[in-house]
Amino acid sequence: MSNFFRFILKRVVYMLITLFLISSCTFLLMNFLPGTPYNNEAKLTNKQREIMNKRYGLNKPLVKRYIIYMSGAVRGDFGISLQFGDQPVKSILAKRIGPSLQLGAQAMILGTTVGIILGTVAAMFQNSFIDGIASLSAIIGRSVPNFVFAVLLQLLFAVYLKWFPIALWNEGFLSTVLPTVALSISPMADSARFIRTEMIEVLNSDYIELARAKGMSEWRVAFKHGLRNALIPLITILGPMSVSLMTGSLVVENIFAIPGIGEQFVKSIMTNDYSTIMAVTMLYSTLLVTIILLVDILYGIVDPRIRVGGGEY
Amino acid sequence: MDELIDKKDENKNLYSEIPSSYFTPLDETYHFDNERIAAPSLSFYQDGWRRLRKNKAAVVSMVILLLIISIEIVSIWYTPHDPNLQNVPHANLPPRIPHVNINGFNGKAKISGEWVDKYELAHVPHDVNYYFGTDAFGRDLLSRVLAGTRISLLIALAAAFFDLLIGITYGLVSGWKGGSVDIIMQRILEIISGIPTLVVVILMLLFIRPGVTSIIVAMGLTGWITMARVVRAETLKLKDQEFVLAARTLGESSLNIAVSHILPNLSGIIIVQTMFTIPSAIFFEAFLSFIGVGMRAPNASLGTLLNEGYKTFRFLPHLMWFPAAAICIIMITFNLLADGLRDAFDPKMKD
Repeated sequence: MSNFFRFILKRVVYMLITLFLISSCTFLLMNFLPGTPYNNEAKLTNKQREIMNKRYGLNKPLVKRYIIYMSGAVRGDFGISLQFGDQPVKSILAKRIGPSLQLGAQAMILGTTVGIILGTVAAMFQNSFIDGIASLSAIIGRSVPNFVFAVLLQLLFAVYLKWFPIALWNEGFLSTVLPTVALSISPMADSARFIRTEMIEVLNSDYIELARAKGMSEWRVAFKHGLRNALIPLITILGPMSVSLMTGSLVVENIFAIPGIGEQFVKSIMTNDYSTIMAVTMLYSTLLVTIILLVDILYGIVDPRIRVGGGEY
Repeated sequence: MDELIDKKDENKNLYSEIPSSYFTPLDETYHFDNERIAAPSLSFYQDGWRRLRKNKAAVVSMVILLLIISIEIVSIWYTPHDPNLQNVPHANLPPRIPHVNINGFNGKAKISGEWVDKYELAHVPHDVNYYFGTDAFGRDLLSRVLAGTRISLLIALAAAFFDLLIGITYGLVSGWKGGSVDIIMQRILEIISGIPTLVVVILMLLFIRPGVTSIIVAMGLTGWITMARVVRAETLKLKDQEFVLAARTLGESSLNIAVSHILPNLSGIIIVQTMFTIPSAIFFEAFLSFIGVGMRAPNASLGTLLNEGYKTFRFLPHLMWFPAAAICIIMITFNLLADGLRDAFDPKMKD
């Protein structure tokens, strides 16, 4: 067990190093950028620019600014937005994290559930017509970019059929349906593929044969006995899956005009709002690194065989 | 004992029932050589190719991809129109393909419920056809889709190149050297892999102006990690095998063993891994361009074309459909081919 804790401790240290590196790189690169973050830059006189720099603390040397920013960031102060009326970045993001998390969680649940069912059925009827259909939908789900898919969904179900609102986040659950479906495509395809491979292996094992010999129905065997073992390795792809969800949310939030983090991120890149870019980058990195760590720990707990070699990843 | 005799008798009866005309005598000169290998011996690639050929989806994908690539090579010198040339009188024309009289492909568009020939309205000469229609600046969409696909393929090629160059070198050195070198290299890899690709791309966009270069640099910086891991794991497996020991005994240098004995044995997983890098690179470029941080106007990429088409989708549907179809076809064929190659070259899946 002490081995296990040492493994976790090691991973946490790596995680902190990673975050430190990312934040330093971002900060450094931002300072090499040409131009200033002010609007109508050309119209500013030197004097005005000096006043602005002083006001935002941009007149101090790089190292000093870095120390000020980092000591603030550690305490949870990410500075003020240079574009959105001097609001603290923290409060801008706090307002927007809700929709993003809800969307991500819904897409994850929907995608993995459908994917697991699809993968299991495909494995049960291996090499049959149903398997072909399931594999084909997995390939399409992996290949069609999620923004193309989002646009098609929006056109079909919102513009032509008018079942769901076209965009925005003001009709409660109804307005979450289309973006959730659009986002869930890639986790669905990934998990369906993964579960199919695992399930085919599991369904050929002895204990499944025993369950069949006892006269259990094939569906009960697959979903009650087989799935339990096939699900464990699925945990390993939860990490990459959440990465693709985050990337996907950037574009899906934009298409459906959802006031989430992703939309804010794109907006801040477009307007060169550096403190917001920095904060969102940090937020994404932290979330991601934490999820990967949690997945590793979870895997060690669920499958004790992994724990011994867990450090060797 | 009695039973046995009974059975013998039974057999005798059985044999005697078969007429002798059923048998033909063997040629006297015939010698059966059971040591002979009847099937031709296959090299690793021949074997993989044989299995790939059985996979219909992969073969069809490969043919389509080869076709697309050759069209793209031709389009470097010849496109129907200049992809970046603006021709405002010819703006927003629907597709017109000569001798095809299906609404939507004959130059007619629905204006307030009626099909109107927009080419006539714009006074376009009869011999000028825009097979995919034109955009708001009168630029030919077919030429722009060709140019955009070329950029996607270019980025995919660059991503694959960096994947091969950095990924293989890193993985091979790490796995082959082993010991403390391996430990340090793996720790570095762990830290780098913790940085999300998107963040690196954004950082590159901050540093280098958005465009092909920044996307390629970002892909080069982050894309090789999986390759390095796979190559290292495989190298670790191979380095204790007898042929390596034999090469060592014969006095080959360490570098020589790594390059000429280990590397060829890695080719299967390298091919497969590269093929999976390509579609993800294409997707990433389109994604970045779609959200507006990738390619810059007037240059076309599939992502920017989709972004432009999406904005006017209800009125000019062709501007969205053609780029969307192009990217879907490329992605699906690359993925199917990659799947086929994995099944053909991955020894674990060998039947």
